[in-house]
Amino acid sequence: MALKMVKGSIDRMFDKNLQDLVRGIRNHKEDEAKYISQCIDEIKQELKQDNIAVKANAVCKLTYLQMLGYDISWAAFNIIEVMSASKFTFKRIGYLAASQSFHEGTDVIMLTTNQIRKDLSSPSQYDTGVALTGLSCFVTPDLARDLANDIMTLMSHTKPYIRKKAVLIMYKVFLKYPESLRPAFPRLKEKLEDPDPGVQSAAVNVICELARRNPKNYLSLAPLFFKLMTSSTNNWVLIKIIKLFGALTPLEPRLGKKLIEPLTNLIHSTSAMSLLYECVNTVIAVLISLSSGMPNHSASIQLCVQKLRILIEDSDQNLKYLGLLAMSKILKTHPKSVQSHKDLILQCLDDKDESIRLRALDLLYGMVSKKNLMEIVKKLMTHVDKAEGTTYRDELLTKIIDICSQSNYQHITNFEWYISILVELTRLEGTRHGHLIAAQMLDVAIRVKAIRKFAVSQMSTLLDNAHLVASSTQRNGICEVLYAATWICGEFSEHLQEPQHTLEAMLRPKVTTLPGHIQAVYVQNVVKLYASILQQKEQAAETEAAQAVTQLMIDRLPQFVQSADLEVQERASCILQLVKHVQKLQAKAVPVAEEVSALFAGELNPVAPKAQKKVPVPEGLDLDAWINEPLSDSESEDEKPKAMFHEEEQRQAKHRLPEVDEEELARRREARKQEQANNPFYIKSSPSPQKRYQDSPGVEHIPVVQIDLSVPLKVPGLPLSDQYVRLEEERRHRQRLEKDKRRKKRRDKEKKGKRRHGSLPTESDEDIAPAQQVDIVTEEMPENALPSDEDDKDPNDPYRALDIDLDKPLADSEKLPVQKHRNAENSKSPEKEDVPVVEKKSKKPKKKEKKHKEKEREKEKKKEKERKDTLSVNTHTDTAPKDEVVEPRREAQDEEDEDQDQEKKPSKHKKKHKKEKEERPKDKKRSRKKLLGSEEAPGEPVQNGALEEGPLPPMSSYSLLAENSYIKMTYGIQGSLQDSQVTVSIILENLSGSVLKSMELSVLDSLNTRMARPEGSSVHDGVPVPFQLPPGVSNEAQFVFTVQSIVMAQKLKGTLSFIAKDDEGATHEKLDFKLHFSCSSYLTTTPCYSDAFAKLLESGDLSMSSIRVDGISMSFQNLLTKICFHHHFSVVERVDSCASMYSRSIQGHHICLLVKKGENSVSVDGKCSDATLLSNVLEEMKATLATC
Amino acid sequence: MIQAILVFNNHGKPRLVRFYQHFVFVETLDKCFENVCELDLIFHMDKVHYILQEVVMGGMVLETNMNEIVAQIEAQNRLEKSEGGLSAAPARAVSAVKNINLPEIPRNINIGDLNIKVPNLSQFV
Repeated sequence: MALKMVKGSIDRMFDKNLQDLVRGIRNHKEDEAKYISQCIDEIKQELKQDNIAVKANAVCKLTYLQMLGYDISWAAFNIIEVMSASKFTFKRIGYLAASQSFHEGTDVIMLTTNQIRKDLSSPSQYDTGVALTGLSCFVTPDLARDLANDIMTLMSHTKPYIRKKAVLIMYKVFLKYPESLRPAFPRLKEKLEDPDPGVQSAAVNVICELARRNPKNYLSLAPLFFKLMTSSTNNWVLIKIIKLFGALTPLEPRLGKKLIEPLTNLIHSTSAMSLLYECVNTVIAVLISLSSGMPNHSASIQLCVQKLRILIEDSDQNLKYLGLLAMSKILKTHPKSVQSHKDLILQCLDDKDESIRLRALDLLYGMVSKKNLMEIVKKLMTHVDKAEGTTYRDELLTKIIDICSQSNYQHITNFEWYISILVELTRLEGTRHGHLIAAQMLDVAIRVKAIRKFAVSQMSTLLDNAHLVASSTQRNGICEVLYAATWICGEFSEHLQEPQHTLEAMLRPKVTTLPGHIQAVYVQNVVKLYASILQQKEQAAETEAAQAVTQLMIDRLPQFVQSADLEVQERASCILQLVKHVQKLQAKAVPVAEEVSALFAGELNPVAPKAQKKVPVPEGLDLDAWINEPLSDSESEDEKPKAMFHEEEQRQAKHRLPEVDEEELARRREARKQEQANNPFYIKSSPSPQKRYQDSPGVEHIPVVQIDLSVPLKVPGLPLSDQYVRLEEERRHRQRLEKDKRRKKRRDKEKKGKRRHGSLPTESDEDIAPAQQVDIVTEEMPENALPSDEDDKDPNDPYRALDIDLDKPLADSEKLPVQKHRNAENSKSPEKEDVPVVEKKSKKPKKKEKKHKEKEREKEKKKEKERKDTLSVNTHTDTAPKDEVVEPRREAQDEEDEDQDQEKKPSKHKKKHKKEKEERPKDKKRSRKKLLGSEEAPGEPVQNGALEEGPLPPMSSYSLLAENSYIKMTYGIQGSLQDSQVTVSIILENLSGSVLKSMELSVLDSLNTRMARPEGSSVHDGVPVPFQLPPGVSNEAQFVFTVQSIVMAQKLKGTLSFIAKDDEGATHEKLDFKLHFSCSSYLTTTPCYSDAFAKLLESGDLSMSSIRVDGISMSFQNLLTKICFHHHFSVVERVDSCASMYSRSIQGHHICLLVKKGENSVSVDGKCSDATLLSNVLEEMKATLATC
Repeated sequence: MIQAILVFNNHGKPRLVRFYQHFVFVETLDKCFENVCELDLIFHMDKVHYILQEVVMGGMVLETNMNEIVAQIEAQNRLEKSEGGLSAAPARAVSAVKNINLPEIPRNINIGDLNIKVPNLSQFV
């Protein structure tokens, strides 16, 4: 064997290792690909060998190649082989390779489940650790589901190294398998108070990560985090917590008030930039949430802005960036404090780093006011000219538009200026944002009525110069503006000064080179323009001119009819026919203008983007219901071809229909309007009230300030926005003078000028009246639109699944699935699923770790109620009742906690608190009662079977041990499968008004049963109880006993000695008791599968015995549950009223039972490898059943 | 969630160190490799990963205490060494030999009267 190993390693010597591979690749710079493919061939050879070391080496090299970008998915199976190596050295390599190359699509990943499970429960912490690390990288929903329970168990591992990894990986598990969140959460919460700082930090990490996505579910943890924040010194933990608070404060403003002080302290004291940044960030969040009615926080804001200024002024680009980022958050609520740093931000616009410039741009967005908008935009325009990269230039362009159009053009006082800015922007070559400019042009022209005249004149100039825009080599983006220009000129053609000229511009042959959708708009608007020209000419009685225009149309339209774009073609041919018809009528000297313009009568109104969605569904309308029942498949198949044929015929017929004349058109239009008016789903053009107001007196009533005509409006070529800046300045100056005059007359009578918006501009803003008293037409919304904004949520957000209310008690259906054996599908009992965990648990409280365990237990007891639910999933036998008993103490703790809470968050919690208080007495009563009657405990935590057959009487495995006026002792015994040990859990409850301390338990060992004592103590020494009991409190202590023979029940005598101390003094007291070790307590719940069970029975080396109990009224299900609970059996199989059960003693005796239920009786046949044990167990069972 | 870690050699100063002072990856590398340089990272990619895995797990920060990290890594290295034992020795010897760079050894070695002819050895790689 050894020889073979050495030989194997000698073979191995000449394989390349990772370093050789790296060196080789570096030496083959010219033919790297060839060299690597050669290496991959070698690796393939190595993977074929049996020696695991060779394989591991190969996989290690593959990992490197994977990093270089080579596909190694073909080796997935080999990776799994290496993962399952027994040596850590290789296992590590395997897991590393897996973590780098496995993903959800890797099909062999499911093969790893058992291997990982094995590694998770490995005795070596590093095996477990490496498995956890690997799993964290490639966990899939399946793996998460199958392993969630194992990982949860590891969260209470004795080694902090494992605990922290297990805690951390739970986040990944939650993401993949959200159902696990609720059952695992209580334990996760516990880990926030883990003694190990690493584990604590991991728990903070996970909870913060969860809470960041769905903060509202974690509000209840705020006090705990607050405590951590003020006590922790780990910057990373602090950052996480502070970030979390940032997410929580918007939900609970009172929390914010509490936070300000510690946060400002941290800001002052910390030297870590990251922590500083996060503190500032959270302070900002707090201030935002407090923004209403908290006047005295300007100091904190000032502090934040100051610190941020330091960041921005730093030479480090990263800090600069973050500073700007945070600044933009402050800006939203406290624009004034940021505006004073405008210089700094404008300076950042010149930074060489593009991302910093972009951030600065974002900031500018919020800094503009009426006063400085023009100035800032001017500066930006110069940047646009200078900018070299198109991306940045495009970004500037969008920003300019954003800045100007923000909150309904709030800051624009002069729309002429804005239009000219937009026109200037069209000169940008190669921008992708032509459509944005176009949209702005349209929006402004439509919504700002007063500007239409100006807009139209600008647009016609633009159309005139269309060749400039359209001829640029990259026609891609910017020609979109022609779309807007054409539409505006067409729609508002009444404002055109030289309509004929524009019409000609629109009919130029060059137009046909534009994209189809723009041509279509051209065609459509040519007609609008035509209609208005016609009208003009007819009114002026210039028949010839009118005919000339018609002729022009007829001449030029055919170029569109030939268009390859269907839309253009269709429209053009339609219109051509129309115009031809008009020509005929004109020839007969029939006035047509009226009718042609009637085609375009009425106004198009802006409709809000979401308007259609928000139309409420009227009552009684089911949109999903069929209007006509769909035809059955066979029918439709027969029918289809016919129907299609038929339809086609019809369509052809339609085509042949003669052109409809205008009258017909008008009639139809009327009819359609009528129909629309009656149609509740159509967005009508008239009924919105503000609209009607605008319509009634027309635009004329708006006092338009005359633009100083000394500067000609019609600038030859394209206009310059600068002129408007100058104009605007002059205007403002004049206005100011006027105002001053007025002010003298009537001092404070004005001030409340009508605002377009509810937003409050700064005072300086208020002085500037807009040049055009514009109404900005608000976008139309359907009447009684639904105000909901639910559509904003992204349904694909993976974190949505984790939006789970964690305060609700856990339902049965939410338990974590527990490891199942593949071949055990026929054994249906849910009992079985619980078992492996029990096994794991029961292994734990053992000699070495006992003390630690106890400490932990003590801790656990303080924890919240939910825990009970989780634990009951895992360890139904012991924990459920224990937790019940522990309750009084926990309540005390809670009360303290809550009092603290109350101080922290005054009013909201009061309500809750009250409620809880109301509930508490009940709770208390319940738990007290449970303590007294040892056979009582709530049925819910017992998960032994489905509770479908009526209520299960409450059960507890704890029974009274002894009681006096000071103390009451109850105990329960569990066996553990190793070393013939049993653990006795004793709950000590202080009934007196004094503090009980120095408790010591001494037991008289028998030959058979001995108590495990700390090393070095003699048989007669007592074992100290590791806690004190204040009045009214109970706690649990565990003691381990070694048993030699388990076939007989045992009784041990013992004494508890303690000192009871109250105000008057201390007394030494004793309480004697008898520990009863029943045979059942030596049994441990062990799963067994039906095939193994059958084999066991067939083997024939078991002795048999049976009992029968009459007069049983309980349902069979409950009966089984009871046996499972009290005697630690598990159900193997159940058929009707007959069930086979199995259990195993701590010394490995198998006990098989066949339980049959008759009318009123139950018979139990047992088989066991030890006859005495069997008969004793059956006797005990008889006693249990007799109480049913 | 940490998706990737970039380690810059910025005149010996990793760029983000100033910001994430508590993020100790580079320092840990420095400690484990004794004055880490780029070549260490390239040739010992696996070890770098093992170290990283003690700092970050599945995109989340696992541990920020450098001493703890180094202790765990050393413990694992010890474990690996103890597993290697005898059978790993030849491999280590070979790897040492490989590092000698054979082609550069002179063909003839003359020590006084002794004349050793070295066979023509090619590089192992």
